[in-house]
Amino acid sequence: MSLQATTSQTVGPYFRIGLAGLYSNNLAAPGISGQRIEIAGKVLDADGQPVPDALIEVWQANANGKYAHPDDKQDKPVEPGFTGFGRIPTVADGSFRFTTIKPGRVPGPDGKLQAPHIAVSVFCRGLERRLVTRIYFADEASNAEDYALNLVEPARRHTLLAQKGSREGVLEWNVILQGPEETVFFDTGL
Amino acid sequence: MAVLPGYRRPYPGTQPNHLHPPYVSSIKRSPGKPLIYLPHTLSEVTGPIIGPEKIDVKASDLTRQHSGEPLGERIIVSGRVLDENSRPVAHTLVEVWQANAAGRYLHKVDQHNAPLDPNFTGCGHALTDAEGRYRFVTIRPGEYPWRNHYNAWRPAHIHFSLFGPAFATRLVTQMYFPGDPLIPFDPIFNCTADEKARNRLISVFDWENTIPEHALGYRFDIVLSGREATPIEIPGGNK
Repeated sequence: MSLQATTSQTVGPYFRIGLAGLYSNNLAAPGISGQRIEIAGKVLDADGQPVPDALIEVWQANANGKYAHPDDKQDKPVEPGFTGFGRIPTVADGSFRFTTIKPGRVPGPDGKLQAPHIAVSVFCRGLERRLVTRIYFADEASNAEDYALNLVEPARRHTLLAQKGSREGVLEWNVILQGPEETVFFDTGL
Repeated sequence: MAVLPGYRRPYPGTQPNHLHPPYVSSIKRSPGKPLIYLPHTLSEVTGPIIGPEKIDVKASDLTRQHSGEPLGERIIVSGRVLDENSRPVAHTLVEVWQANAAGRYLHKVDQHNAPLDPNFTGCGHALTDAEGRYRFVTIRPGEYPWRNHYNAWRPAHIHFSLFGPAFATRLVTQMYFPGDPLIPFDPIFNCTADEKARNRLISVFDWENTIPEHALGYRFDIVLSGREATPIEIPGGNK
């Protein structure tokens, strides 16, 4: 007899009390190799209203396409000081921003490399379990052959793409929880 | 390159749907389109590792973070973190947060007319040991009103956040207390269809960890997603 995973429950509105200790919106300390990028956006609800009490967690490979994790057995270098993890709360206008390096490509289940991407969890009051999505990069030719992007109907893929915006050097990417422009969310289990 | 097995998917009914209308905040914040099933890739079977350098060993005692003792009933909350294959999840981070004994959170959004306690922040963390065990000393949180519906009250609860070994094993949940009369009326607790799964969120009174003349014990075991295609299953574990 195997066990069943514990039931998820919402983070509620007060998660800052317990989760602020690991808040980090800068994944790339000085000296970490790779192309520095800044990603900024908003979390919006079904009415387009900002969600000021959301929490974004990001997880990514380093510029070599290597995760700082023992189950990544690839013969590629890890970088001391680069964990690949960030935890960013939204603020009053629903916005968030973080700085990192563009991740390298990691292997996909089809034997091809995946396009560069950042895995994202979204938590907020109202969500009894997290939402999982990914950030891809609009200018990447490899998106066309990416395993996960190809699971998504073409008309919705743009919701996963960080795009050049009005501000120099800042990529824009929003999380729209519900509606016609709803962000693509993935079922990864819990 | 070695093929890594993915992590198991939830049993039907044991996890909440994103939309649960009795929990009013879910109505505008849950996706309306179906989620897209993503087989686990290297990105999902790896995940952040929070090591001992990030841990303050004193953070597991929520009653000793200030100059005085917090008001309320001192309790010991402990348990094991296992995976679905009954294996301990060792050295993984457990973060907790909660209201004080009067049912008030130390948070600017919480305007409930109950006193703050200068000796209680309501924040703790710890790493599990090699056997997946964790232990917190805290005070029993109070129930408190919220605005979900008329005369809505949250049962007493402690929030838990865990990473486990992979992005796919991330879990945020809440622990409840046995015998709390508010539990049957709570839409957050009741959002999960499977009654047994829901009831596993209720801790059990724990004589073994009760300290004479000092604090009652409550046991709360947590199960994270386990690897698929596990060659050996170990019997025992949770009820």
